[in-house]
Amino acid sequence: MAKRIEVSDLNVYYGKFQAVKDVALTVEPRSVTAFIGPSGCGKSTVLRTLNRMHEVIPGAYCTGSVLLDGADLYADGVDPVAVRRLVGMVFQRPNPFPAMSIYDNVVAGLRLNGVRDKGVLDEAAERSLRAANLWTEVKDRLGRAGVGLSGGQQQRLCIARAIAVSPEVLLMDEPCSALDPISTLAIEDLIQQLKDEYTVVIVTHNMQQAARVSDQTAFFNLEAAGQPGQLVEMDATEKIFSNPSVKATEDYITGRFG
Amino acid sequence: MSGPGTLNLQRPTGRRTFVDVTMRVLAWLAAGIAIVPLVWILYTVISRGAPLLFTAEPDYTRVCTIADRPADKSEAAFQRVTESDCTGANPDASYRWVVGGSYVAVGENLRADTNSVSRDPSGRAGTVVGMPGSEGAGSIRTPSLQWWTTDLGATPDQVPGGGVKHALIGTLWIGLISSVIAVPLGILGAVYLVEYARGKRSAKVVSFLVDILTGVPSIVAALFVYAVLITTLGWSRSTLAAGLALVLLMLPTVLRSTEEMLKLVPDSLREASYALGVPKWKTILSVVVPTAFKGIATGVVLGMARVMGETAPLLILLNYARNTNWSPLSNTMGSLPTMIANAANLPQSYPGADRGWGAALTLILLVMGLNLLARWIGRSGKLKER
Repeated sequence: MAKRIEVSDLNVYYGKFQAVKDVALTVEPRSVTAFIGPSGCGKSTVLRTLNRMHEVIPGAYCTGSVLLDGADLYADGVDPVAVRRLVGMVFQRPNPFPAMSIYDNVVAGLRLNGVRDKGVLDEAAERSLRAANLWTEVKDRLGRAGVGLSGGQQQRLCIARAIAVSPEVLLMDEPCSALDPISTLAIEDLIQQLKDEYTVVIVTHNMQQAARVSDQTAFFNLEAAGQPGQLVEMDATEKIFSNPSVKATEDYITGRFG
Repeated sequence: MSGPGTLNLQRPTGRRTFVDVTMRVLAWLAAGIAIVPLVWILYTVISRGAPLLFTAEPDYTRVCTIADRPADKSEAAFQRVTESDCTGANPDASYRWVVGGSYVAVGENLRADTNSVSRDPSGRAGTVVGMPGSEGAGSIRTPSLQWWTTDLGATPDQVPGGGVKHALIGTLWIGLISSVIAVPLGILGAVYLVEYARGKRSAKVVSFLVDILTGVPSIVAALFVYAVLITTLGWSRSTLAAGLALVLLMLPTVLRSTEEMLKLVPDSLREASYALGVPKWKTILSVVVPTAFKGIATGVVLGMARVMGETAPLLILLNYARNTNWSPLSNTMGSLPTMIANAANLPQSYPGADRGWGAALTLILLVMGLNLLARWIGRSGKLKER
């Protein structure tokens, strides 16, 4: 479990528009890496290229390479579906499947990939819900609708759903931006626990959150509106927040812009 | 601080109040006027049709054979039928009379409601029975499922009795044939438009054509099918041909409504599924369609309802039959709309006209039943939230 991600020369385009330019970074296994930066700087776009989710958007493509433990995700013949089984994703807004119960939501990834064994599914559901710190809250109503939970619970349900398929890497795209502070705290605690087993990459607008949960922080910026986003610097979180080597990073984290 | 009177919080009088009241009255009036014809039509159909559906006229099907055939067949020759004439049911009897105490002439009917004598249009002596007017039978109805279990058969329009079985079979056949073809085509077509070709030129072209097809009158669809299948390919008129014409009407309804429902499914759900490593086709089948299922089911039922009430293609592509016929390939078949159309030409005093209203109510109930079924399907899939 948990794999190293190496990104080099990554350029992402939406049709003719270049969204991200020349990104190179390395994500260590069993660590939390935070992507920060102003809106439109391409951090979510870079995150999505790590499991080829950007391809869902019509016209989006990228050049460069993304290596998962040395295997290029963009090599010829690589199936994006197989990539996404290894690299899971949690989204900004909680998005449990409305037509499914809590239990069905958690095991959806397994079931839709052909696992039928009730014992395996039950085990995976309990393990994932426990890992997502949701088990005690929902264990008596696993048959109820997933959308009946509170926002924070729904997000933890989505995390449970993502880790039920035992991915190597977990990508989180602003997972707390739609949540209240208490639920945010619950998710942040969860991220700390998850890094024991998974490689976690999180995009956040909340710099305190990046400082609290991450080991490494990457700062993205764009020179001007309409210009492609770039990676400004990436370093240990402590260093970024205490003594960044680039002035723009310091300006951003001290709130002087963005 | 501002002193009293600087803030005016009083309800204004005059023009604004007038506009307020006018608006409210207009809205009420519009709602009231809109509901009048709805209630009216329901009242008419139910009051005329309802008695037929679950009751039947009393036992004047008891056949009485009159031993002495009247020598004089002129209208003046009346025969008094008495209880003693009724020697029992005899299907082979050449003369059939009703129990009771009325005078009826050979080849004449005694109408149930007016007691007036009218001529049997077929002119066949004694095949039509009258009613014992003095007893006022006919207003007495007993519970019965005769309506559902018998067809019109040889029951003439002037005579009560008979049922809707033949028409129900035809209408169900037509609904089945058009659904079996239009529902998969419509749903898969909508899946193509929304999931595979969204924003592409092909989707816009198909969408535009479907919009045009939505506006095609049923008579045009019928003419098209007549020209292609019957004139060109040499098929005979049949329920199948009528069903195919109705596919053209049902397809756009199903496709359009399914498309709208699929569009309502948020992309975040598709992304969530893709992020779990689920292939696209499985995402569509297991996430997108179940999420939109209720809306799709409603669209399908509305399409079926539209098809079952269509009349024009049935008039062009099918001969109306009064007898039960199970084969969708034969060129005659009863159906509820054509049964209503046939009854509409009859004088309102004829029992046949009542059967038209009965058929109308049956059709309404059928459509309502389908609607309830769709709601039930939608609800049964819904999970308890808390």
